[in-house]
Amino acid sequence: MSTELLDRRLLFVTGKGGVGKTTIAAALGQLASSRGKRTLLCEVDAKGNLAGAFETGPTQFREREIGPDLWAMSMDTDASLKEYLSLQLKLPLLSRIGPLARTFDFVANAAPGVKEILVVGKLCYEVRERHYDLVVVDAPASGHIVGQLAAPQAIQDLVKVGSVRDQTGWMLDILSDPAQTGAVIVATPEEMPVNETLDLSERLADETRVDLAAVVVNRVLPELFGRGEEVVFRALRDDTASAALADAVGGPVEPLLEGAELAVKMRRTRAEHLGDLRAGLGRRAELLYVPELFQRTHGVRATRQIADALSAELGY
Amino acid sequence: MTPKRRANGGTSLEPLLAAKEIVICCGSGGVGKTTTAASAAAMAAAHLGGKVLVITVDPARRLANALGLERFGNAETQVPPELFVEAGVEPRGELWAAMLDTKQSWDELVRAHAPDAATRDAILANPLYENITGRFVQSHDYIAMERLYEIHASGRYDLIVVDTPPTRNAIDFLEAPDRMADFFSSRLLRWLTVPARSRVFTMASKPFYTVADRILGSQFLQDIAEFFLLFQTMYDGFVERAQAVTRTLSDNRTTFVVVSTLEASPAREAEFFIDALASRKYPLGAVVINKALPALFLERGAKKVAERLCRDAGPLAERVAAAAPVGEVPQLARVLGEVGESYLNFQVVATREAEQRAELARHADVVATVPFADHDITDLAGLLELGGSLWR
Repeated sequence: MSTELLDRRLLFVTGKGGVGKTTIAAALGQLASSRGKRTLLCEVDAKGNLAGAFETGPTQFREREIGPDLWAMSMDTDASLKEYLSLQLKLPLLSRIGPLARTFDFVANAAPGVKEILVVGKLCYEVRERHYDLVVVDAPASGHIVGQLAAPQAIQDLVKVGSVRDQTGWMLDILSDPAQTGAVIVATPEEMPVNETLDLSERLADETRVDLAAVVVNRVLPELFGRGEEVVFRALRDDTASAALADAVGGPVEPLLEGAELAVKMRRTRAEHLGDLRAGLGRRAELLYVPELFQRTHGVRATRQIADALSAELGY
Repeated sequence: MTPKRRANGGTSLEPLLAAKEIVICCGSGGVGKTTTAASAAAMAAAHLGGKVLVITVDPARRLANALGLERFGNAETQVPPELFVEAGVEPRGELWAAMLDTKQSWDELVRAHAPDAATRDAILANPLYENITGRFVQSHDYIAMERLYEIHASGRYDLIVVDTPPTRNAIDFLEAPDRMADFFSSRLLRWLTVPARSRVFTMASKPFYTVADRILGSQFLQDIAEFFLLFQTMYDGFVERAQAVTRTLSDNRTTFVVVSTLEASPAREAEFFIDALASRKYPLGAVVINKALPALFLERGAKKVAERLCRDAGPLAERVAAAAPVGEVPQLARVLGEVGESYLNFQVVATREAEQRAELARHADVVATVPFADHDITDLAGLLELGGSLWR
């Protein structure tokens, strides 16, 4: 890997829906801040899951300190536009032209890339101004991330003059520099997440200039039995043996043996998908593994446990 | 309609699929929406009869294979009846499948609504058109509902099962038709499309153009204006159509099936979606819970056994080894400990899931549970097997 993951300045964490994208983004933020980096976490699809990962109140566009060296915000394109207009165009009293912002929002919705660039622009701005050491983005899912990351290029191609075009140059400089920016794809060892990860890794390379920094494989099941132990387990499933066990332990053993059987099968199916992922990615990205944690809850404790797992994977 | 109760407290989707003409499967990404939709459609075709169509968005290649199709196209394709026979079922009806190709569907829509060939070609060749139809996020949502409406109105099928596109927000597609109508009737669109020479800068529009010019450049604005000018020729057709689509969604022949897993964030989104349906007076037909851990992890008394296995693995191994040929005692002791620990681990998750399930069941009394599958579905038999847990 060209640059250590957390030494970059801007990380876009993406992946198929349901793989734990927000949790991994939150854990990366937690880990970076615990290592003394001033870190901003930004949730782009304001669903409120990021706040859940830290059990804080809802995040807003204006960043809020949620821990030592850790800030959180949620993206809001209207607010981003207002900030941009007041910073770049030195347009004061924007509140007095409220209807203008509303109509502009309509154009932004319809015109390709404008809304996306307001998102990417805000994030790149935070990087350029060095307000933080690291910005971790809980980015849109795999279906939408490419459009977002490719927006500056698309704008540059479509819009020939104007201040938005002028802005795309420095954004592209930040986005295309692997020392500064990287994408992190989160996957689980299941069929669809693995396929989407492989597709996305190709699309990132073909359609954007953002470097794939790492692939995080979430919810990896531990190997239940060590060498030779599965033979013993098979023998245990014999009627006489399981009856002897039930007798010795004084209770029902069938659910436990069935459960172990299922765990072994799950692990085996997932291992195959993991193999496909490894083979498909080749040397294109570093793989980081996060074990299935069998947590009681989702929240601050889970976020910390995953941060610890990532820390170990990164060799800290 | 009173849902049929099953022994395990779950509910069958059978009466729902038998009574409705449109079943819309929705839920957050990664919960198995596509597979659920395909499986429900396969069950309906196999056991209820009639012509059944499943419209999916982005099926896994494996799913296409399971339906015996090389690949899905925008065109509706029949799943070969032999596949049902191979799966051991004599199908009572026909199963058809189609995929949603957003770009192609937009093109068809433009062809249908453009007033003349020149306008049609100008729109299709406009560089912004491709960008807008391809990237305008809501365009996927709209086109899915539009295509559903078109197929339903054609009367070609008895039942249509729809797998909804992965949206940023699960309810986006419900609002897409209305938003599309709003968009076409917006003042902004009128402003943009007033030809430049007669454009009168009113007090209201002047600041907009000044700022928009500075930000986007007048050339780009001009491009946008030209595009929308062309698009506006389809105004009447579009608005009428969008309203008809909305009517179809709230028709009593339509029902919604919310698919979720028992993990926190999909379940939260499912609850949010259930509320959104209620506030729009759209009918919730059922909640399907996917990938649920089996009940064996919650069995009474098993926890104590598991704890004992962890604690007394050595002595227990000795007793078992004395009674049955199960290998060396130290190895058996390790196995017993691992079995116990694994059970306790999964029990933590299963307990959390049971709680989440009860939470979802408070929102809807029609809940079907699909147990965790330890293998991927590779053929129609697999889809029908999965369908079995939705059915009876």
